[in-house]
Amino acid sequence: MAVSHLAEADPIFGRLSFAALPLHEPILIVTFLAVAAGGAAGLYLLTKFRLWGYLWKEWFTSVDHKRIGIMYMILGIVMLVRGFADAIMMRIQQAIAFGGSEGYLPAHHYDQVFTAHGVIMIFFVAMPLVTGLMNYVMPLQIGARDVSFPFLNNFSFWMTLGGAVLVMMSLFVGEFARTGWLAYPPLSGLEASPDVGVDYYIWALQVAGVGTTLSGINLICTIIKMRAPGMTMMKMPVFTWTALCTNVLIVATFPVLTAVLVLLSLDRYVGTHFFTSELGGNPMMYVNLIWIWGHPEVYILILPIFGVFSEVTSTFCGKRLFGYTSMVYATVCITILSYIVWLHHFFTMGSGASVNSFFGITTMVISIPTGAKLFNWLFTMYRGRIRFELPMMWTIAFMLTFVVGGMTGVLLAVPPADFVLHNSLFLIAHFHNVIIGGVVFGLFAAMGYWFPKAFGFRLDPYWGKVSFWCWLVGYWLAFTPLYVLGLMGVTRRMRVFDDPSLQIWFVIACLGAFVIAGGIAAFLMQIYVSIRDRERLRDTTGDPWGGRTLEWSTSSPPPDYNFAFTPVIHDLDAWYDMKRRGFQRPAEGFRPIHMPRSTGAGVILAGLSTLFGFAMIWYIWWLAAASLAAVVLGAIIHTFNYHRDYYIPAETVVATERARAMQMAATAAAE
Amino acid sequence: MSTATTTEDQVRFFEIEEHEHPEGASTALGFWIYLMSDCLIFAMLFAAYAVLGGNYAAGPAPRDLFELDLVALNTAMLLFSSITYGFAMLAMARGKALQTQLWLLVTAGFGAAFLWIELHEFAHLIHIGAGPQRSAFLSAFFTLVGTHGLHVTFGLVWILVMMVQVGLKGLVPANRRRLTCLSLFWHFLDVIWIGVFTFVYLMGMLR
Repeated sequence: MAVSHLAEADPIFGRLSFAALPLHEPILIVTFLAVAAGGAAGLYLLTKFRLWGYLWKEWFTSVDHKRIGIMYMILGIVMLVRGFADAIMMRIQQAIAFGGSEGYLPAHHYDQVFTAHGVIMIFFVAMPLVTGLMNYVMPLQIGARDVSFPFLNNFSFWMTLGGAVLVMMSLFVGEFARTGWLAYPPLSGLEASPDVGVDYYIWALQVAGVGTTLSGINLICTIIKMRAPGMTMMKMPVFTWTALCTNVLIVATFPVLTAVLVLLSLDRYVGTHFFTSELGGNPMMYVNLIWIWGHPEVYILILPIFGVFSEVTSTFCGKRLFGYTSMVYATVCITILSYIVWLHHFFTMGSGASVNSFFGITTMVISIPTGAKLFNWLFTMYRGRIRFELPMMWTIAFMLTFVVGGMTGVLLAVPPADFVLHNSLFLIAHFHNVIIGGVVFGLFAAMGYWFPKAFGFRLDPYWGKVSFWCWLVGYWLAFTPLYVLGLMGVTRRMRVFDDPSLQIWFVIACLGAFVIAGGIAAFLMQIYVSIRDRERLRDTTGDPWGGRTLEWSTSSPPPDYNFAFTPVIHDLDAWYDMKRRGFQRPAEGFRPIHMPRSTGAGVILAGLSTLFGFAMIWYIWWLAAASLAAVVLGAIIHTFNYHRDYYIPAETVVATERARAMQMAATAAAE
Repeated sequence: MSTATTTEDQVRFFEIEEHEHPEGASTALGFWIYLMSDCLIFAMLFAAYAVLGGNYAAGPAPRDLFELDLVALNTAMLLFSSITYGFAMLAMARGKALQTQLWLLVTAGFGAAFLWIELHEFAHLIHIGAGPQRSAFLSAFFTLVGTHGLHVTFGLVWILVMMVQVGLKGLVPANRRRLTCLSLFWHFLDVIWIGVFTFVYLMGMLR
């Protein structure tokens, strides 16, 4: 029986032994030394400047949606560097593994690299960045002081981080999956992958997935229940609308991922036969189930970004967004349609002409609401006074790039064409075209746009422009060759090549990856320079771009309570409306403000959950049982805490608001 | 500002007289959404059972395994527990803490009986060689029914915690809110069980 392997594990250390350390892989040892040195330096600095208490009190245990949003963004940026390191390793390998050369990555390592790249970029780069953005911006846009469930928000973040920790750990303790980012069985089954790689994959995603689902529920409730008075659904900013749709998608799909990974775990741990090739199992059911989550997932990433582009376009063109209502309906249509297209990921499964046609047509239909959005942005720009600040540049680059990705997507949606292009580099080029050209460009636009809100100073435009051009040129350089190669029939995930005529294309693609590396370096440089020159880049108005939505009505960075008085909304673009009608900021009558209290429970519970994941990966049963019991017990103990709120005293509010008023008066006098 | 007309002067842009927001105003909605996400997990497990339920792999089929009498008894336990939970909620509405606790205890008793019978059934199946490893049908069966059982176990723990908390704090608003959520959860499990009973057991006997 398949369960016997579980009992063979050591009673104390499970499968964990010194053999699990990759001492025979020089690349990993060097990486490890670099990470260890960097980590030690970081810990030393934190200790030297006595920052631990500050971090714990003000950040780790904070339930403030703004702090949590920023922590998500930092996680996403750190993981971007890791995910990109994987990408450039693959590009170098493929550029040199020709003419009998094996390249520099052994197959065992290369397969882990492409799996980790996909998993990290989707789950631990794009998701945290998008979630962080929604966390930071959405409550400010609806005039709220926090989210519906502030503690859960903190817990969700730490669960996401716990998943990321497990993935990073697999680099140095054991190994990661060698299955591709969706871990199809039977390859991911116990027989083909008996070691810890797939288990790392499963538990990292499960731990992070709990966080994502809870955060989805939280943000839906916030949007439904906590909008400021007067803000009807059709007066919500577009970004808030897209955030709502995205979180609905999260709640409607992440449970599917959780369930399908549970079934895969049961196959691996208990010896059931859901996806095995024997005793009635059905591997294709896994492919269906995981794509029922997987396709909506890409819309979870792109929808909020569509919201970002809407805000940016309307702000930097100085116009109300063209076709607000159609934008909202288009978003809702995409939300629904995204749930009924999943089969286009495997037309080649052979479901028959009728089924394939259905999914081909639904897929193509999605391009209609998406096209409507593009025209809305274009018409917003038409006769607008366009200011070519960085967020607007990213937006225009997105429009030009994304359209090509969208059209190759429609091409792939034609089943006969897909039979030729399935799993080819054409597909790889297509989804990088929409994810980099859409999600990544949008995230840079968003970071440039809302950074001054979060920190009170702008990002340096010079290094921003360097980063922008590197990304734009680098993207096209890296992925156009992949379109060409895909059309010639080259499939994905190859490690070595025989045909020397292909090499030039891979060399160009590799060059493109290095240009993108320059873009990432310039972005990090931009952050460094901006912090260094923060006085030069300072914004005291709270509204550096001439914004139109409520987040710009408060100070930058906003006070803990966001708004001293709850705003009342009369129009779409509420802040623009307030400015236009000469609103007056109340100078007195401040009251104590009711706020949620910080708690360490989120860090502790998520830490224990991560430990549980680690114990399950390594078959350390006593630790798994103990940590699971501790999670349950900890959660119960947490419910005995009935004092979860406090009041910010009126004097503090008065002092904060007075300081802001004086700062604004000083700025006005200087001008 | 000087251009503001009299009508625009009347427009309020801020809530000056702010009212208290009741704590936990979003909890019921949030818990509903959570239940729907949980429902989706069950939907997946039902779907898996629908796909794999006929794959006996030359092993036993539902007709060879299920004892409808036992399942009927089990279903009765769960349905009774739903009624008694309803009584607990009625007691809560009348503000009677002790009565609420007693009905919770009765509910927990029925819940425990349900679990005991289910574990008994599982043990029997595994004993005769019809464990989850035997065939895809049995994998799907054990996972679907077992996931429901796990939820009931979780509900039991929650009921016990609530009994303690009602004892400690009385029927304060926070506890009432929690009891309402637990009520939703408990009845939700009943609904799921109706699905399991019909779809797995009754229709299984007809196969």
